Amino acid sequence: MQPVILPTDFTITEPQVAVMDSVEGEIQPQEVSSAATESGSSSIEVKVLFFARARDITGVGHMPLQVSAGSTACDCLDKVVAKFPSLAEIRECMVLAVNEEYAPGSIIVEQGDELALIPPISGG
Amino acid sequence: MASSDGAVDDASRIRREIEALKNERSDIDRQISDLETQLRGLQSKTEVVHNDGLAAHGLSPDLIYRHSRHLMLPSFGVQGQSKLSKSSVLVVGAGGLGSPALLYLAACGLGKIGIVDHDVVELNNLHRQVIHSEEYIGSPKVESAAAACLKINSTVLITKHQEALRTTNALDIVSKYDIVIDATDNAPSRYLINDCCVVLGKPLVSGAAIGMEGQLTVYNYKGGPCYRCLFPLPPPTTACQRCSDSGVLGVVPGIIGCLQALEAIKIASSVGEPLSGRMLLLDSLSTKIRIVKIRGRSSQCEVCGENSFFTPQHFKGFDYEKFTQTPLSVAPVKLSLLTPDFRITAKEYKQRIVQGEAHVLVDVRPEHHFKIVSLPNALNIPLTMIEQRVGDISSALKEKQPNSSGSSPHLYVVCRRGNDSQRAVQLLHKLGFVAARDIIGGIESWAREVDPKFPTY
Ligand SMILES: [Zn+2]
Repeated sequence: MQPVILPTDFTITEPQVAVMDSVEGEIQPQEVSSAATESGSSSIEVKVLFFARARDITGVGHMPLQVSAGSTACDCLDKVVAKFPSLAEIRECMVLAVNEEYAPGSIIVEQGDELALIPPISGG
Repeated sequence: MASSDGAVDDASRIRREIEALKNERSDIDRQISDLETQLRGLQSKTEVVHNDGLAAHGLSPDLIYRHSRHLMLPSFGVQGQSKLSKSSVLVVGAGGLGSPALLYLAACGLGKIGIVDHDVVELNNLHRQVIHSEEYIGSPKVESAAAACLKINSTVLITKHQEALRTTNALDIVSKYDIVIDATDNAPSRYLINDCCVVLGKPLVSGAAIGMEGQLTVYNYKGGPCYRCLFPLPPPTTACQRCSDSGVLGVVPGIIGCLQALEAIKIASSVGEPLSGRMLLLDSLSTKIRIVKIRGRSSQCEVCGENSFFTPQHFKGFDYEKFTQTPLSVAPVKLSLLTPDFRITAKEYKQRIVQGEAHVLVDVRPEHHFKIVSLPNALNIPLTMIEQRVGDISSALKEKQPNSSGSSPHLYVVCRRGNDSQRAVQLLHKLGFVAARDIIGGIESWAREVDPKFPTY
């Protein structure tokens, strides 16, 4: 049975200075109404990194993303594409990496993970 | 009038003379480099005789002195240099990536370097393609690059392949080298080079750069993944990609090209750990370099996977342009989306300005392009903003409305090369501006046909 995923708000921040990165692990999980979800009651935050054309489309280098605990990289991608529909066109050709390591879409993301979306570059 | 006509004649005569002299020079350059190659062949034979018993590594006294800083490097040393001198590297593309890669490869003491490029040097290449200089504008890039390499190191053997790499010639060319550097600028070439390297079992040092970003990986190295393992599906040719080409900060491909030379040198000399199974991502805006561990060889890979039977015959028959929906040649695509009724030439547009026709000209290029140069009185509304800014177009048209009951003002659309302008006109027709037309060939055709002094970029 599919867990119900609550729609959560996105916040996009401008690229932060490197010093700020260390703070991100401390962000408190948000309380999610227990009535709406069966698979655990907390949401987690991951940091999505955009490269090349993905960065052009979103206009940002990275953004925080709230997803329910137990979400996969693919679920995260769904949410990001919903926010930036133009990403759909390069979705199938992007490499996903979690914490600087190649990851299949089915991998479960954890609080504080970095999910990188890497489309190929052809120029030279 | 007569004197200005005379000046025009003089100028075109001088231009013709320059052209003829340049052709002569490149002929002479070619003859010189052929003779030098022959001479080097003879010299290396005699050197072997002289050095018999001097040293087992086969490096001549000149080469020992030239590469002394390599030889004194404990992790590199005589062994690394000796291997280097027996290796060969093919650099595909003598552009932004290939320029620094070639310069370092020529300097480092490789045995043989091949250069593949079908293009000629243009002024707008020079900000990043640092191997070329102004005197070679209009000459083949392979000639310019080979001459620059030989200026640094006259002992290196350079083979010039003045052609684009295609399925018909790639197997033949690539098989002559130990290592391949992909320094091209388009998707079909990247797949073609990858597949050719897999078929022939050659390691591939792949670099790419655009905007402020770069990528670097070594593919097909000792059982590691190939380009297709990572990117089985090519990126779609996105709308407006050709008309509003993205720029690149010159030093970014420079950095990636240098790293490509480094990886090729490491592989050739069996020193260190090549960047196989990992991808380097350069973000020059924030000066961040990330190394991402990428997947291993994919058993499902259509070219290198366990169950794939991708033979040289398959390679020769594969249509890379169709696969990536991108032409191999750099000639920009010319779309034809509109019927002739909805298009005018730059010359016709010029006439209408002269006649004082009431009209609005919408330039649909991105704002940062518009800032470079624009036609008089153009209204900049980027293609992506048209729907949001329909009101601006309506009010601009209203302003031009003649007081008397004359015909309503015309609406023209222009872009850089005449592709986005057609897309914009299609959109405008849908939005109710049924008489909108585009200027064929964009501001580039204005520069060609109407005003030769109009800047192009
Ligand atoms: Zn593969």
